[in-house]
Amino acid sequence: MVIKYLLEKEFKQFFRSPILPKIVFAYPLLVLLIFPWVTNFNVEDMKVSVVDKDMSEVSRRFIRKVDNSKYFQLYNVRNNYGEALKDIEKGNADVILELPRGFGNDLETSGNPEALVAVNSVNEIKGSLGTGYLSAMLNGFVSGNAKGYGMNMYNPCKDYKLYMIPAIMVMILIILCGFIPALNIVNEKETGTMEQINVTPVSRFSFILAKLIPFWIMGLVSLTIGILISVLVYGMVPQGSFLTIYLGAMLFVFLVSGIGLVISNKASTMPQALFMMFFVVMIFVLMSGLFTPVSSMPLWARCFSYLVPPRYLIDIMRSVYIRGSGIADNSFNFSMLFLFTVLINIWAVLSYRKRT
Amino acid sequence: MGMKKFISLVGKENRHILRDRWTMAILLIMPVVQILLFGFAISTKIRNIRVEIITEKRSEALNRFVSKLDANDYFIFKGYLNESSDIDSEFRKDKADMILHIKGNLDNMSGDPLQNIEVIADASNPSMAASEQLYSLKLIRSFFDRGMKKAGKKGGIHVKFLYNPQLDSAYNFVPGIMGLILMMICAMMTSISIVKEKETGTMELLLVSPTTPLNLILAKMVPYFMISCINLATIMLLSVYLLGVPVSGSLIWLCVVSVLYIFLALAIGLLVSTVMDSQLSAMLLSVAGLILPTILLSGMVFPIENSPAILQWLSCLVPARWYISAVRKLMIEGLSVRFAIMEISVLAGMALVVVSISLKNFKNRLA
Amino acid sequence: MEQRVIEAEHIVKKFGNFAAVDDISFYVEKGEIFGFLGANGAGKTTAMRMFCGLSRPSSGKGMVAGLDIWSASEKIKSRIGYMSQKFSLYSDLTVGENIRLFGGIYGLDEERMKKSGDMLLKKLDMYGEKDVLVKSLPLGWKQKLAFSVSVIHDPEIVFLDEPTGGVDPVARRQFWELIYEAAGRGITVFVTTHYMDEAEYCDRVSIMVAGKIVALDTPANLKKSYGVNAMNDVFTIIARNAGRNE
Repeated sequence: MVIKYLLEKEFKQFFRSPILPKIVFAYPLLVLLIFPWVTNFNVEDMKVSVVDKDMSEVSRRFIRKVDNSKYFQLYNVRNNYGEALKDIEKGNADVILELPRGFGNDLETSGNPEALVAVNSVNEIKGSLGTGYLSAMLNGFVSGNAKGYGMNMYNPCKDYKLYMIPAIMVMILIILCGFIPALNIVNEKETGTMEQINVTPVSRFSFILAKLIPFWIMGLVSLTIGILISVLVYGMVPQGSFLTIYLGAMLFVFLVSGIGLVISNKASTMPQALFMMFFVVMIFVLMSGLFTPVSSMPLWARCFSYLVPPRYLIDIMRSVYIRGSGIADNSFNFSMLFLFTVLINIWAVLSYRKRT
Repeated sequence: MGMKKFISLVGKENRHILRDRWTMAILLIMPVVQILLFGFAISTKIRNIRVEIITEKRSEALNRFVSKLDANDYFIFKGYLNESSDIDSEFRKDKADMILHIKGNLDNMSGDPLQNIEVIADASNPSMAASEQLYSLKLIRSFFDRGMKKAGKKGGIHVKFLYNPQLDSAYNFVPGIMGLILMMICAMMTSISIVKEKETGTMELLLVSPTTPLNLILAKMVPYFMISCINLATIMLLSVYLLGVPVSGSLIWLCVVSVLYIFLALAIGLLVSTVMDSQLSAMLLSVAGLILPTILLSGMVFPIENSPAILQWLSCLVPARWYISAVRKLMIEGLSVRFAIMEISVLAGMALVVVSISLKNFKNRLA
Repeated sequence: MEQRVIEAEHIVKKFGNFAAVDDISFYVEKGEIFGFLGANGAGKTTAMRMFCGLSRPSSGKGMVAGLDIWSASEKIKSRIGYMSQKFSLYSDLTVGENIRLFGGIYGLDEERMKKSGDMLLKKLDMYGEKDVLVKSLPLGWKQKLAFSVSVIHDPEIVFLDEPTGGVDPVARRQFWELIYEAAGRGITVFVTTHYMDEAEYCDRVSIMVAGKIVALDTPANLKKSYGVNAMNDVFTIIARNAGRNE
């Protein structure tokens, strides 16, 4: 069996490499310690500059309420809009809340007061949620509190980390099992060993398979490290079964390394392979719903996202981790992953040409 | 050394880069694709929330409510569920994002309607859950307030979205793309191309030729500087004419800051190349040490103020953070340059430090 | 009649409009050491790559080890050995591991692999270096090792592409002893070189200029017909003529 000798070679080279074994351990560690803290779209503690022209008991009570809420924090009280705008220009405040003369009176008599809310909306989320929260508070202040109104399932504390960590694990797999294979065959081309292999009777299939298997193991090891970190550091245990997670990951790692090998076969220098992979990873990260939801995309982009395989694993990981879904709940995601895995790896074998 | 010699060196580098068509194409297309994706495909705005409604009694008012909900840009009505339906399984199969439980009859609802409508959100994605609640609150209020409100009554909340009246995500992303692309091309490509010469041994060949090492390095940087300028122009043209993101401030200052940033990125590339001696390690260091921090800690996608204090401190070391902040002020918010003095001086200071360290390193290594 | 192990008929290889190999025809007999000479860029490597199945000719017919280079290139690969001008063993594997890898690829069983591996190491006097990483060997040793590995499966033909580039004269001498030894075992040797002194060691040589074979004979006959004493002079005359024709 030729494959046995090829596998021996791949494993020896892997463990002898000065960096690869370290990366497999260090990368998930580093990423999972930093990413979940950063990837957070929650809007909290927006700084408010208030222009209180009413100066009534009611308006002061309302300002205190704004300051006490978890979304806002009083930065300063200004005399007019222009001064408050300066706070925004200097980057000290995010929101201007102007309460006109008669605010308190309007509120008492009609229950429908006038107010001006201006938000620095360069960041669209801050713009929409900031005005939304303030308007809701103004309304809520008018018509009393709406307690017991909503119910948040699965993530009652609205913790962004819970939402991001399962997806970040997918990102780790994309980067590790994408970049390393992408550079692997190109490296053999650059050093000339590829040509030596090409004049031997090795079949394309066994050569590619021998390349894939070590990456496959590597991916599953780094996933396991990721899962361990999420348990130890964040206390996160999947609501569903590990079996579902690993089944998805096994398919996905094969798929991504396959893409890496296709690129490696097409490229002739390492920087070329690096940039091609970079391009692919960029599209994967942006279009898979990793950071921004797929449902917010326009129709064409939502259709396109079906061609972006990581979206299926991200769906699987999130639904298993957060909502406890099983294999049957994710049957569509699994079938699509399987389809792409098969197609990409056929392409990987075909794109490896033993002669030019 | 004469200008002529220098120009011939630059010519050699240009030919090297132009010959590698694939890399060249990717370098030029990358910013275009990023602008297109960020501008048209992805958005942080929550839309198309899939809603299912649990009700015991269909009524004419409910039909009106549902058609109002479905007409709303934020919601898509998916269907009715029975009182006994398994909410959990709807969410687990990912069939809905939000379920409204309407208790009682909408036609003759007494008291606060919010007491009788329960909003059950799948809060897996916290910002989606936040938007679901806000939007549904608004919708329910406007549905029931219609009858109560007297016509022509003054009052209400006036909302102003400063700098980004359409609430377009692209306003936030464009400066980020500029910061990322320029760092990638200048720092990463320069370091890789210098290290490659070291690796293949052609560096020594060039060093024994009658050119000073500094000229050699400068010649390597010129093509990447030019590509960066092309990219910068592409990004700005596309964002102004395609995305409709205006250059509200001074174009000249915007260019000055960008050139300063490009200069800093080139210097970082040189620094990386003096420390590393194989292409692979230079790539890994660039990706892990330059690209990832730029994406994560610059405020490009995620607001820095949401991170823990230690990461916020760390982000001060990321050049892109200062650049992006300066571009936001100068380009999007249209502020005058004195509001960006802090950012500009930090970038200049960084450039000074990096250039002096890398030149010192460079001399030590080769002299 | 002697058995012909390589036969080329009107082989052409074009890159765009440029014919790197421009209609060459020749044959190589079994057991010969055949020198394939030419200046850099004359098309030697391009021609050789077609016989090894690394690239396809644009047109023409060719047989290697009795097999057609168009239809049976993968079968040819198990009957030939190849060593390129770029050193191409795995430098991050040890001497022993490289032998094992290529032995395995060529389908040698464990027993035969051990036997020929040990023999090879003894012959090269490298038994002590079996567990040394290939990258730490001196260049001359690497080349000898690469050659020995390329004939580990006793191929019918071995193709050598400028095998002695950058090696000192003593090591080159030793390298040629290895080639003779392989030829003695019945392996046909097809070698490209631009060292004219090495041409003297060959049974027959062909000289390529600008994609065409302009001379093909034994070194002795070539020297006689050009009226000179050394292959180097033959080559100088041919090169000068070619320059005049252009």
